[in-house]
Amino acid sequence: MEQLIASLADGLLLGFVYGLAAMGLTLIFGVMDVINLAHGPIIALGMFAMFFISGATGMGLNPYLALVIIAILGLLFGVCIYFIAVHRVLNAPHLSSLLSTFSVNMMIIGVGTAILTTTPRNLVFSIGSISLGPVTLLGTRLVAALIAILVAALLYLFLYRTQPGKAIRAVSNNRAAAELMGIPSTQTLALSFGIGTMLASIAGGLIATFFSFTILAGGVYELKSFVIVVLGGLGNPTGALLGGLILGGLEGIAPVFMPVSWVPVIEFVLFVVILMVRPTGLMGGGR
Amino acid sequence: MKRLSLFVMLLALIFTAVQCGGSAPAPAAPAQEEAKEEAAAPAQEEAAPAEEAAAEPEVASEEPAAEEAMTGEETVVTIGYTASKTGSQEVPSRGQTHGLELWLDQINQNGITLADGTVVKFQAVTYDDESAKERVQSLYTTLVEQDGANFLISPYSSGLTDAAAVIAETYGTTMITTGAASDDTYKKGLTLVYQLYTPASRYLTGAIDLLASLNPDAKKIAFVYENAKFSTDVVSAAQEYAESKGYEVVLSEGYDSEATDFAPFINKIAAAEPDAVMGGGHFNDGSTFARQLHEKETSVEFLALLVAPPELDFAELGDAALGVVGPSQWEPQANYTQEAADAAGVEWYGPTVADFVSAYQDKYGEEPGYHAAGGFASGLVLQQAIEAAGSVDPDAVRAALDGTNIMTFYGNVQFNTTPEAHGLQEAHEMVYVQWQKDADGNLVKQVVWPVEGQSAEPIYPLAQIP
Repeated sequence: MEQLIASLADGLLLGFVYGLAAMGLTLIFGVMDVINLAHGPIIALGMFAMFFISGATGMGLNPYLALVIIAILGLLFGVCIYFIAVHRVLNAPHLSSLLSTFSVNMMIIGVGTAILTTTPRNLVFSIGSISLGPVTLLGTRLVAALIAILVAALLYLFLYRTQPGKAIRAVSNNRAAAELMGIPSTQTLALSFGIGTMLASIAGGLIATFFSFTILAGGVYELKSFVIVVLGGLGNPTGALLGGLILGGLEGIAPVFMPVSWVPVIEFVLFVVILMVRPTGLMGGGR
Repeated sequence: MKRLSLFVMLLALIFTAVQCGGSAPAPAAPAQEEAKEEAAAPAQEEAAPAEEAAAEPEVASEEPAAEEAMTGEETVVTIGYTASKTGSQEVPSRGQTHGLELWLDQINQNGITLADGTVVKFQAVTYDDESAKERVQSLYTTLVEQDGANFLISPYSSGLTDAAAVIAETYGTTMITTGAASDDTYKKGLTLVYQLYTPASRYLTGAIDLLASLNPDAKKIAFVYENAKFSTDVVSAAQEYAESKGYEVVLSEGYDSEATDFAPFINKIAAAEPDAVMGGGHFNDGSTFARQLHEKETSVEFLALLVAPPELDFAELGDAALGVVGPSQWEPQANYTQEAADAAGVEWYGPTVADFVSAYQDKYGEEPGYHAAGGFASGLVLQQAIEAAGSVDPDAVRAALDGTNIMTFYGNVQFNTTPEAHGLQEAHEMVYVQWQKDADGNLVKQVVWPVEGQSAEPIYPLAQIP
């Protein structure tokens, strides 16, 4: 029982960060019907940004302060990707946007591998741990989960309480109508893509505070993001956070009863089952 | 729509260019590139008639070498190998390559003078294998076929070496393996592959003996290890040995080579309450595992991990490194001397431990680890075989390697010559290191097993570490 509680706690803390990464993916899909296949490399770039801004060989800035810089860089990078690779194929068939974002994926991985190599990097950073009975929670994971909740709350406030946020929701609901109301849809879509990549890069930065990584490390979180997005409902950011928690909880509970190597199998079985039984996800698709 | 098509085509072109750029093998250094070009010219000239005659993939540059031997002039032997300059094996592979390069520097100062007066010198051709098995086979084929390598040195790690060994055997080129401990490679009927490392089956058995000497009441061991050829070989042999000694294996589970989250395993370890945890795999996963065990404040009394602890970079873990035991093929404190060789009744060959350590420190500014020692020793053993053979003829060198029974700064070297396990290392023994703190509080590596080689008393249990 103690193992189950400890394992579940570890899984849930990770689940918040998974959820944050998946929110970026689902926001972009919800607003512009684009499945961003560059999501994984962007998470990896967030990890490297953390490494270079906070690592001993980099600027040495506190990792949690570095997240602010990573968020700004992620936002700007997303806006650039939007105008270079997404905007022109937005009204084309879905395959075009898939190919386009996949190309961005391959370019980031190609250039990243050439410059950064595939040697694992590690941010030597620890803020201790907290023991609650049988459960020892790592400080870095606990703070990462709290930051993920904070960012999710800020996103919610942004989307529901600010003009640009309302514009994003309007464009998401009906782009033509939003344009008729005077909402600049191109800028709004670029902002949405930027926010999506910002969330992915923040998630990457947080993951770098407790796991080692390479430029290819984002791939596994991209796959998890797809499972989470389907779990929570395509295009639904709140559902993504819930999906992240479910996946994290599953990753915590499953190893208690079976070898750890079976966990991905369980995850993807769940992915298929949700697609078959409830394709809109647990919380329904968001628009 | 035309603009869209153009854009997609442009992206496809960029994508293709990136892919092509990423996959092209890149020779390591301009100096080696030049050397390779010099060597490749005569090799290609010789290769044409050879292909016409028999289409055998023999190394063409052996022929001029043999011709030159007749005239008593200088001959250059080409050594081919790949190094993991990127990827998960970068750290240990770097040490191995440094060791080999140091040997090349030293041997090329005067070369080997054979009985007929021929001076043998060496040049190396190398590529980055990116720690990827799929690259190794094509690169070793290139080394033999295009670069005319006369002898091969293995890449780092058992998995990569297993792939390279097949190519060496296929092309009839002798390979000295270092950084490759798995027993299986040498039990496939290969005849041209010679292992320097103590085989994996004997890697963790000493750690179990050490545990028994520290706590005769210890009964439960947990094995958590990388799902890779080397570590599964080591752990299955260690488990068998542990059970034969009366230990109960309370947990035995492998993790993916790319694993970064060890929390599920650590929770299982906590639940199983073992007296000792053993396993690991390679540097990155092993050091991450040790770090997360420490961060989770897991109560572990004895922790022995493969590969990572003997590396100097392991000390970067700080307190998480303290008390961790690791098997090592060699340490600078190792007591291999001319006197020890005389006492054992075997020939002493090559530099002393002190000479090797100081030369390595002069060149690289750091203390050599066992990967570096293995790299140097791979060249040294080839050098000894050429001297013993009195020739660079591959068959004569192979016969000399079969008869090798020497002690070097790296320890004893003798190869199995039976058809069942040809090339398997027979004589070399492991030492076990533990990270401890010196009087100034700095982390230092100490040899704690076997007793005769101890440089410090082992710390036990880990829970008592302040």
